[in-house]
Amino acid sequence: MNAPIEPEAAVPDAAAAADPSRVPYSRYTDPALHARELERIFYGRHWSYVALEAELPAPGDFKTTFVGERSVIVVRDADGSINVVENHCAHRGVRFCQQPFGRAKDFTCPYHQWNYDLKGNLQGLPFRRGVKRIEDGHTRIDGGMPADFRLEDHGLTKLAVARRNGLVFACFDHQVEPLEDYLGPEVLPWVDRVFDGRALTLLGHSRQRIPGNWKLMQENIKDPYHPGLLHTWFVTFGLWRADQRSQMVMDAHGRHAVMISRRNEGGKSEVTQGVTSFREGMTLHDDRLLDVVPEPWWNGPTVTMLTLFPSLIVQQQVNSLSTRHIVPRGPGEFDFVWTHFGFADDTPEMTRRRLRQANLFGPAGFVSADDGEVIEMSQQGFAQDPGASTVSRLGGTGVGPTDHMVTETLIRGMHAYWQKVMAE
Amino acid sequence: MSAAPTTLTEPRGLPLDPGVRAELDALYADYAAALDEARYDDWIDLFADDCRYTLQPRENFERGLPLATLAFESKGMLRDRIYGITRTLFHAPYYQRHVIGPARVRATGVTDGLGWLEVQAAYAVFRTRVHEPSEVFNVGRYLDRVVRDPADGLLRFAEKRVVFDSENILNSVIYPI
Repeated sequence: MNAPIEPEAAVPDAAAAADPSRVPYSRYTDPALHARELERIFYGRHWSYVALEAELPAPGDFKTTFVGERSVIVVRDADGSINVVENHCAHRGVRFCQQPFGRAKDFTCPYHQWNYDLKGNLQGLPFRRGVKRIEDGHTRIDGGMPADFRLEDHGLTKLAVARRNGLVFACFDHQVEPLEDYLGPEVLPWVDRVFDGRALTLLGHSRQRIPGNWKLMQENIKDPYHPGLLHTWFVTFGLWRADQRSQMVMDAHGRHAVMISRRNEGGKSEVTQGVTSFREGMTLHDDRLLDVVPEPWWNGPTVTMLTLFPSLIVQQQVNSLSTRHIVPRGPGEFDFVWTHFGFADDTPEMTRRRLRQANLFGPAGFVSADDGEVIEMSQQGFAQDPGASTVSRLGGTGVGPTDHMVTETLIRGMHAYWQKVMAE
Repeated sequence: MSAAPTTLTEPRGLPLDPGVRAELDALYADYAAALDEARYDDWIDLFADDCRYTLQPRENFERGLPLATLAFESKGMLRDRIYGITRTLFHAPYYQRHVIGPARVRATGVTDGLGWLEVQAAYAVFRTRVHEPSEVFNVGRYLDRVVRDPADGLLRFAEKRVVFDSENILNSVIYPI
């Protein structure tokens, strides 16, 4: 006889699966687990990426985006600071801001014209003190809010905000630790390597909707095993393959990571034997697609891929730079928002080069298009056999940094942390 | 009674010699058929030797941001893309079906003895995956520059700028739009 399924049945997954190298497929498909992830992870004490400051150069500039599945407004205040407020009116819940980007002096909900300043404070509302009229020679006041109605009790939900060198993060829980402590001393230098305080130039956005669980995107960029196998361009042109000098870095919790490597010359070698995606002798008709010019700030690595838990990937792939924001939409789908950028002191040639290399990295990219495709296929497999488990045991079952890429340690690290935070 | 004065934002599309109009319609029909039938060499042949192809989200186009989803600056890059989609990119297989609206001619001229047309056309692309119903995949407009190729006198695309309205790409774009 089947026992009734209770929502709490989701919780034992975390406790039972103590081995982070074997993840139950249901961890990617279970709606109750997903609801708990939103509460514990996305709305708990974790910093979520919301913007690049370069998207909001002037006072009043705003964008709408998501923290977890909740719509938020990120806005530059008059004093240059950045506020993040939840995008629903305190009165009747209207998600009043419908523009992706814009400039505003204040925010007014169209339904009943409740008006908020850029910090989210309620400034006023129509008929608060009622409507005065004269009837039969008497002045009367109809309606209005109760005498004890206080504007300061009915502002927009305000999020904690942290900025670092042009990156903006937000968190619903104001008790969250400082961003620098959250990222940790192992990972922070790699964030600062890309974002060292130089002014950024916004090149544009790409948006994908991928039918897979949000964790799969984090895992894809914590997985140095696949790039030299799935991606022909990586193995053939030596952009990423197992015979390169590389380093896998993680924070003390195992939740954030950096995959670091140095390009080699590509071509045939031990690591291409039997690799079906390798194309010996493949050359480009127009090699400007791979016109790589080293930049002084690289200090060696040609690729650094950062996964900042839970919702951000920072990409440096040769001259192509982007943030990739993961926006969950239920357990089986997420939106993937790419923001490509350069630096204000880039030459026009370097800007063109970054834009050209965007042909490799994006929703149609020579490299990254296959990642979305395999993530969708993983989700299909999870959905059909929820009792099965993944096997992520390349490099053993432990969790820790490595000086090579023949390992799935970063995936195990994230799941070890996931189990801890979900069981708390 | 006098009509209120009106201000036209943009003039009507230019009328064309019926023969040129027929050639232009045939060019767009050939474009759709070549892609939908996966005849990629035929697709490349619809471009002039000096050509550009850009697939760009409307959001970037309207905000003046240069990032494109695909940005090819030569026939060689078109060939590299075709090699990519036929030999290197892994993806779930799908059919494309293009429906292209009537071409609207915004300008015509002759430069260095070569005739050209600036053309706009709306399009919709449907995607059909194995075992799945057809779905709207990508919708937008072409903003093209069409030239008469001196080599053989045929119309070809010197620039094809594809600006798509679709706010999200459904997983990935593999084949050209």
